[in-house]
Amino acid sequence: MAEFLVFLFNFILGVLEEGFAYAIMALGVYITYKILDFPDLSVDGTFPLGGAVAVVLIIAGVNPVLTLFISFLAGALAGTIAGLIHVKLKVRDLFSGIIMMTALYSINLRIAGKSNVAIFSKDTIFENSFLEKYIPDSLKPYITVILLFIIILILKLILDFYLNTKSGYLLRAIGDNPTLVTSLAVDKGKIKIIGLALANGFVALSGAIYCQKSGFFEISMGTGTMTIGLASVIIGTNLFRKVSFIKSTTAVIIGSLLYKLCVSIAISLGMPASDLKLITAILFLGILVISNDRKRKVKSNA
Amino acid sequence: MLELRNINKFYNPGTINEMCLFDGFNLTIKDQEFVSVVGSNGSGKTSMLNIICGSIPIDRGRIIINNKDIANIPEFKRCRHIGRVYQNPSMGTCPNMTILENMSLADNKGKPFNLSRGTTKSRIDYYRGLLRSLNLGLEDKLSIQVGSLSGGQRQAMSLLMSTMTPIEFLILDEHTAALDPKTAEVIMELTDKIVKEKKLTTIMVTHNLRYAVEYGSRLIMMHQGNVILDKSGEEKKNMKVDDILDKFTQISIELGN
Repeated sequence: MAEFLVFLFNFILGVLEEGFAYAIMALGVYITYKILDFPDLSVDGTFPLGGAVAVVLIIAGVNPVLTLFISFLAGALAGTIAGLIHVKLKVRDLFSGIIMMTALYSINLRIAGKSNVAIFSKDTIFENSFLEKYIPDSLKPYITVILLFIIILILKLILDFYLNTKSGYLLRAIGDNPTLVTSLAVDKGKIKIIGLALANGFVALSGAIYCQKSGFFEISMGTGTMTIGLASVIIGTNLFRKVSFIKSTTAVIIGSLLYKLCVSIAISLGMPASDLKLITAILFLGILVISNDRKRKVKSNA
Repeated sequence: MLELRNINKFYNPGTINEMCLFDGFNLTIKDQEFVSVVGSNGSGKTSMLNIICGSIPIDRGRIIINNKDIANIPEFKRCRHIGRVYQNPSMGTCPNMTILENMSLADNKGKPFNLSRGTTKSRIDYYRGLLRSLNLGLEDKLSIQVGSLSGGQRQAMSLLMSTMTPIEFLILDEHTAALDPKTAEVIMELTDKIVKEKKLTTIMVTHNLRYAVEYGSRLIMMHQGNVILDKSGEEKKNMKVDDILDKFTQISIELGN
């Protein structure tokens, strides 16, 4: 019995860690998919981009906290380029994402130098001399989950704040009714680029944190990121659609936790770890069928 | 003053479906004129509005507002001085945002959309007052999403939002066509009130001949990319619905129907 409780405790701890780390990425997908109404596939490339930038900088001796900001900027840059391809070169939204995702695969390899980079012995935001000194031993096993919780909370509050600014209003308006944004004498393209930059910044930041948590970078870590992000967003927003006091950003974070819980249960029930992406895909399909997400949009009743 | 000079517009140029809509089209609209535009489908009414607003490019010609050629200025920049209400009530509002957020957006047109708070608290009473003038009870529903309002309510909001900041031109694109007769009447009266209060230069495309006759200071009838009837002043005041209908019949006979 005690053994089972320990297992359960560690199981939940693992779910929370993974869920929080991916929730940052899910917030990015929430921006593009729900707010901007833009199917942004570059996410599969910007997630490992953030990871690659972080591990390379950490190996070079840069402060792990600083690497997070740089990863965010790298993601934002990639998002900006995807946006420019779409807006200035008038390439369809889906294609500009695919182009970016494919190009980033090689770019990530160039940044990292090889397809596997380990940083086990290096300082990260989760393991460093500062934490070693000031955190009591009894708290040590939980330091990762606590730090992740603090990070996601800060990011959520920042995003909530931004969405309630004038600029944030425009971002919400453009996914809702692009015509209105033009009527307000604002360039639609500019707002889309801002949204993509912000979203991909979040995704890259998530990748950087994920790499620091797991201790290594791996080139294929981005595969399926989009699916996980979409699943989290759709679970979260559908589950709490009727509950008005829970903000969508909170719902997305809870969605990410629930999704990771489902995947972890499937693995612990005996599915081999190599089936992870298959489970990811099938779960996503199941969620889509159950929720039957129908969006209310201007386009559909125009 | 708004001038369209020698406008040429082809659809599908270079293909077998090439169609010339405007060939040397000219129109001058004076300041504070309220022009009603009627005409059969495909006569170029909405295309004319799209050309003025910059939603579609022209092949040749000049669009002159206050002695400045704006033909090469992008749509969003032209919108600075233009308010537009569409036929579809959902085109003028954001369905997933609340009434208050929609009003705040419209109120900020022309000002920078920066990182300050989206809704200015001190403006809420002003918005409430504007909404109260609609007599639709919207002033008590500030925090509900616009998507849950009826078409008429949304259209009233669209009208309010497009005329909230100082503009010179109001473009109405069959803005009562999707509404029931009672609501259409309310919206039309509201339009007239706003146009008179703000002294706007207005172009209204409509299929409702009665509105075209009753409202506005000038009436234009279009056919195959040309103005075939243009009445203003006393002549316009004496126009009757039957006069326009006669003209419509005349055209059909010419076409051999």
